[in-house]
Amino acid sequence: MSFDRRKLLKGFAAVGAGAAASALPAEASPPKPEVPPDAFGMLYDATRCIGCRACVTACKNANGLPGNLYDPPEDLSGDTKNIIKVYDHGKTDESYVKAQCMHCLDPACARACMIGALQKREFGIVTYDPERCIGCRYCQVACPYEIPKFQWDTPTPVIVKCELCHHRISKETGKPMPACCEVCPREAVISGDYRELLAEAERRIAENPERYWPAGSPKIYGKTDGGGTQVLYLAAVDFEKLGLPELGEAPAGYEAAEIQHTVYQGFIAPVALYGLLGAVLWKNRRSAEKKEEE
Amino acid sequence: MAQHEALPVGGPLMTRPFKLLLGFLFFWAILLIYRFAVGIGPVSGLSDGYPWGIWIAFDVVTGTALACGGYAVAILCYILNKGKYHPLVRPAILTSALGYSLAGLSIIIDVGRPWLIHRIPLRFHIWNHSSALLEVALCVMAYTGVLWLELAPAFLEKYKDSPKVGAMARAGLAFFDKAMIWIVAMGLLLPTMHQSSLGTVMLIAGWKLHPLWASPVIPLLFLISCVGMGYAVVVAESSLSSHVFRTEAESGMLTKLATPMAIVLGLFLLLRFADVLFRGEFGLMFSSGLLSLMFWLENLLMFWSIFLLSGHRRERFSNIASAALLMILSGALYRFDAYIVAYDPGPGWSYFPSLAEVLITLGIVVLEVAAYIVIVKTFPILTGRAPADH
Repeated sequence: MSFDRRKLLKGFAAVGAGAAASALPAEASPPKPEVPPDAFGMLYDATRCIGCRACVTACKNANGLPGNLYDPPEDLSGDTKNIIKVYDHGKTDESYVKAQCMHCLDPACARACMIGALQKREFGIVTYDPERCIGCRYCQVACPYEIPKFQWDTPTPVIVKCELCHHRISKETGKPMPACCEVCPREAVISGDYRELLAEAERRIAENPERYWPAGSPKIYGKTDGGGTQVLYLAAVDFEKLGLPELGEAPAGYEAAEIQHTVYQGFIAPVALYGLLGAVLWKNRRSAEKKEEE
Repeated sequence: MAQHEALPVGGPLMTRPFKLLLGFLFFWAILLIYRFAVGIGPVSGLSDGYPWGIWIAFDVVTGTALACGGYAVAILCYILNKGKYHPLVRPAILTSALGYSLAGLSIIIDVGRPWLIHRIPLRFHIWNHSSALLEVALCVMAYTGVLWLELAPAFLEKYKDSPKVGAMARAGLAFFDKAMIWIVAMGLLLPTMHQSSLGTVMLIAGWKLHPLWASPVIPLLFLISCVGMGYAVVVAESSLSSHVFRTEAESGMLTKLATPMAIVLGLFLLLRFADVLFRGEFGLMFSSGLLSLMFWLENLLMFWSIFLLSGHRRERFSNIASAALLMILSGALYRFDAYIVAYDPGPGWSYFPSLAEVLITLGIVVLEVAAYIVIVKTFPILTGRAPADH
């Protein structure tokens, strides 16, 4: 029996219609995320950090996480939201680096999260609500900085990541008081309004341009990287060596959301496809019944 | 159409192999209790670098693609109106229903906070419409229900002559006779949506996913290959069950599946290579070490499958069965690569499944086989008659 090729292709096109739209390459320039008016953030200056790790202990105390200075954590984990790491490749190529949530302007974790356990909220802080989390760990797949950590060794795990101490609001200023910034003895990490921090970073560069990487035109990591982050970095060595990836200016992984929005805009395509499928099935059934009658 | 009537296979249930399956499932249940008592870390090779392993890449992503037999056959049978494939529908829907149900079970095992899982469908006012994973989750849940509805007539038929519930069963059958096209339409829409989105899901990984896989057409590639895998599984399952239960072989019909299979495979390969070339990633096909090797392995398996399906070779059923196995292997590999092998979270991280992790996955497969045996022996799923001595 011969197979009707044309009919097969036609049918395939009908069934694939919904997904076909996704084949269109994501064109146009990527969206430039807006800075929230009340954006609050941190500025970490690696050239001022002496690696004392006071901020690591302060973070643990402020967030009720286990651990102590005599058995220091080596990396972010299910009970460490803030860490100081060392990059050591000789006298001229060394630096400390702090790691915690970057509080992206357009966070991939929040775009990934199914019912909004991770969300960008007041002060632009990316917050976590365990009541909306089923522990699927898609945020870990999504985050370009690999910040969200999962509690692997408990039957009742949660996701652990820095929330900029949004539970410690100052009575005077009405703004968060990140514990790590409070205890830093060298102002290597400071907190404040995002716009003021950006100005401060630019001021530090203008004051000591030779101190920062890259020579000639020092870079503020986070100003545009990955669409921009509310935590900004200055350093004397290449940021990639410090574990901060080269992301470009587009929000990380935005293509996925783009495809999702294009195909499912207003849920029109799925509904139309359903109607079409129903109509084809109905017609086919009618013709089959007619055949039987004959 | 009397010659196409589906009948229960019958025969004793508690055979020796079946008892072996049950024995394994007993130890599997103990392992599962351990998993829920201590958390995911101690039983698996998963880490913050590799948060997803075989429970997702195999049980869910590959498992549901293998469970696309019902979808793939329905396209042929109902959309292209090829009624001749009708005897393949019920066994295909059954494997699909079991495959999706057990993928659901795998998700419950894999997620850290499964006691909140009902909030995903119920809290619709907080649905995140940007999340590809949300769409997958909702569609998979809905489709599992739809598949069992598509299969419901098989269960009702068994009771239609019963003195007690016969009237109810007949009323149910009459209802399904009317409603079935809308259920089937749903059964065509939902896999189109979530099988493509399973590809979109990994795009958010950004730099962590190798460019040979991280492509804007990955949703379409996932969709096309799941249809191919669907046909392949129908071939494999049908020839296996007719062998095991000694029912009438459907090899004549399966031979005819060669053409749609070859077309689907060809489409996939065309798009796969056109995409890599169009995006200018030509060099990566050769310069990415292990990943280049995996890329070629995936695609050569598929070329080989097409070769077996083309020309006079397709007239031999053994060639079609081999092509089906190659297709399954290639599609599974593509999914493993996109979810695990081509996913690189950077230095310091590695993933290899632990023994307990593999055993838990194996238990899912065993449970599926056991359920399949019980259902085809009890309910009218397979076509053809078993010999009296079986």
